[in-house]
Formats: sequence, C-alpha cells, structure tokens
Amino acid sequence: MASAHADGRRSGYSFMTPETRAMQDDDSVNPATLWVLDGEALWKSLACAGCHADMKGVAARYPKVDAQHGLINLEQRINACRTQKQKAAPFAYESRELLALTAFIGRQSKGLPIDIKADGRTKPFIEAGRATFLRRQGQLNLACTQCHDQQWGKTLLGNPIPQAHPTGYPIYRLEWQGLGSLQRRLRNCYVGVRAEPYAYGAKEFVELELYLMWRANGMKLETPAVRP
Amino acid sequence: MTTARTIVRVPPSAKRGEVIEIRTLVGHTMETGFRRAQSGELIARDIVRSFVCTYNGAEIFRAELHPAIAANPLIIFTAVASESGTFEFRWSGDNGFAASASAAITVT
Amino acid sequence: MTSRRQFLVAAVGIGLASGAQATPESMREAMRKVTGGAPVRQGRVKLDLPTLVDNGNAVALGVTVESPMTPADHVKAIHVFNEKNPLPGVLSAYLGARSGRAMVQTRVRLADSQTVTAIAQLSDGSFWSDSVQVTVTLAACAGDS
Repeated sequence: MASAHADGRRSGYSFMTPETRAMQDDDSVNPATLWVLDGEALWKSLACAGCHADMKGVAARYPKVDAQHGLINLEQRINACRTQKQKAAPFAYESRELLALTAFIGRQSKGLPIDIKADGRTKPFIEAGRATFLRRQGQLNLACTQCHDQQWGKTLLGNPIPQAHPTGYPIYRLEWQGLGSLQRRLRNCYVGVRAEPYAYGAKEFVELELYLMWRANGMKLETPAVRP
Repeated sequence: MTTARTIVRVPPSAKRGEVIEIRTLVGHTMETGFRRAQSGELIARDIVRSFVCTYNGAEIFRAELHPAIAANPLIIFTAVASESGTFEFRWSGDNGFAASASAAITVT
Repeated sequence: MTSRRQFLVAAVGIGLASGAQATPESMREAMRKVTGGAPVRQGRVKLDLPTLVDNGNAVALGVTVESPMTPADHVKAIHVFNEKNPLPGVLSAYLGARSGRAMVQTRVRLADSQTVTAIAQLSDGSFWSDSVQVTVTLAACAGDS
C-alpha cells in the first residue's frame, strides 16, 4: 500500500517493520478483524440498515461540523443515533460496542483518501486543533509539532517517531494488545509528555482530531491499522 | 462458559494430496499472570491453553499455549487435503474458556 | 505518577515487577523435560524471528523443519523456548504424517532482548534445534493505557 506522498507525508505504516506491516495487510491475521466482525454483527442486531445504506466513504469525512451537532466525531455521531433515533443508551468511549462499530464503519473506507473540508464552518475548529498541536504541554514542556513535524524518523526509545497522521483508526496497537480510538492514542501522548489528558469526548480532543485528519487530507485510510 | 470471536481461513477447495495452509485467530487477552494492577495486585493468569484441529473427526494438529503467546492468538499450520469434509477447531483455556469454529473443504 | 521503570515494564505486558524471570538454566531444564536428556543437534530446523521488533508484545515467529512428513519419517512435535520471559515455555505444537509440511507460525511476547530456541522431535526419536537472538526495544511515549 503506497504511503508516501510527493509532499513528503508518510503514514505510520511506512515506519513499521515488515512483520508489523504484514500483520495489518492481511485481514485473516489482523487481530482488528475480530472487532470488525463484531461490528458487522452489531450493525445487524441494532438494525442500522433500517436508516443507513453502506458506510463507504463515511469514516474518511469525520470529524465534521454540521448544523445539528456542531463539531462531531464518528463515535459521537454513532451515539447521537443511539440516543436521538434509537432512543437507546449511548455506548461508552472505548467500549467493545463502540470500537466494533467504528472498526466496521472505518473498514468500509479502507483505501479511500481522507476528505476533510476547510470551510467557514470547520476552519475555526481546525485552527483550535492546530493551536493545541503547536502548544507546549506537560512537565516535559513538549509540543506535538516538535516531535511529529520536526523530528519524525528519528529514534525514540527504539522506535522511529512517526508523523502523527491518523490514517488507520481505530487501530490495533501492539502496546495495548487491543483495539483503541484516536483519542486513546492521544491520551497516551499526553501521559508521555507528563500532561493531564483531557477526558474522552472533550472538545479539545475532537478539535485536535479534526486538525490531524485535515493535516492528513488526501492520505489513504488504512482502517483498521496495526501500529506499535 | 466464555465465547469468543474466531477467524479461520481454509481454502474452500484443493486437489487430493495438496498441502494447504490453515490460519486461525481467536480473540483472547492472554493475561499472563505476571502483570500488576495500579493497586500493586497481581492480575491472575487467564490464557488459552490448548488448540486442537480435527479433519473429518481425526486430530491432525494440536498446540499447547503458554503466557508467552501474544494476545488474540494466531496459529498457522498446514494439512494434506485428502478428502472432502470439515475441519473443526477447538480452543480451551483457563476459567472454562472454550471457543470453536469449523470450515468445509471440497477435495477433488 | 508511576515511575518510569513501571511504565516500561507495564508497556511490555509481561511484567518483571512480579519478580519472576526465566534463566538460561530454567530454559535448559524445560528443554530437558522434553528431550529426556537425549542429544539435541543443530540443523534441519529453521526458526524465523525478526532480529529487530517494533514491540515485544507481538513478535511474528515461525518454525519450519526439513522432513518428508511420511508415516515413517515425520516431525512429531515442535517446542519453542525462551530465556528471559518469566516462564521458559512458549509453544508446543504436535504434528504428524497428515500435516504435509512441518511448519507452525504464531506471534509471541518477548520481555527483553534474548535468545529463542525451537526444538523439533522427530519420529525416529531424534531432536534437532535452531536458535535466534532477538533485539527488543519498547514503544515510544509509553502511555500504559
């Protein structure tokens, strides 16, 4: 899978060993497929098809800003359906159900380019996310940009620093030995620089997600990816 | 009894005598028994211990797993396609864990 | 706030914090249980492991053994051992004449840079082995959850 762009952007995939790439490339050995299959079963049992056709292209366009919800990511959009349309309880962040559904939905955009529009609606939130990305944080007083824009490719604790493009979420992270969302990964970053992580669903996180996806515009989605 | 998601990949057809590759994956955290919670307490071992594959009822492959096997165990092995029929797969482990799957093959 | 060492230990998922660790001696003892003290020759076995890994939590491992896999001459079992995880055993796979090839692949956890050894038991009672030295470093920004 091509992961290098003429503009120098590279997916985290390109920083991995051949063995980890092989784990991602084949659905039959990618542990994330367990969640995709769960998501497919949930899609049926929750009767999502009652309102929705297939989800091709959907994950590539989130987070988005719409009139009804404002800034919203895919997890929040699923829960909006749960509470408003299905009159049911929302799924907890990082719950098996929510991960399975985002994995199943995301898998249907695999190979498609990330497609985030910077327009009147999204620009203020993209800028807010960019401000977070550029801000020094935590006891280590590091900004995301210092590692992921300026020092990518260099080795930190034995692994190359990637460019932080969210090309495959939700991911099977070897460190977690399980599937997790972009926000879970961001919380790891916050702990890594010794900063207090925001709560799941915090507006600062969704803004950062939007900025990161916009920054990765045009890069192909690999969901569900495997990462170290 | 805990059930778990499994993925098995067996070619749907093969020539008699052909050696086929079988891939299996089962969802399981494979808790090693050596990790500690934030409180300091040891988290109890909870792993898949055994995996068995039968081919039309005859055992053709068996594996014993230790905590060193990674979470969501992947096991890949081969078999001689000798006759049409069914491969059955069974995983068992701590705390009554049991999972099973099957796949049919046509051998010509 | 967890200490850096607890961070790194938790990151690997095996947890040397429990105090348990295999030693080259306990690995040799585990091997002796399988071989009954019979001589183990190097060769015929190929243990495939990457020499450098992204994360010790899931390392691709494969073993193949040269064998015709006939009823008269086949591999009965493949045993994999390690020297630095808390326990020496990794996997035992039991094959036979219906296997076609003597091969098994899986993914393993390695707690540290170490030597991994595969021993094949043949139908004639002989034992053969191969070993690989693997370098394991930990993922960066090791947030534990």
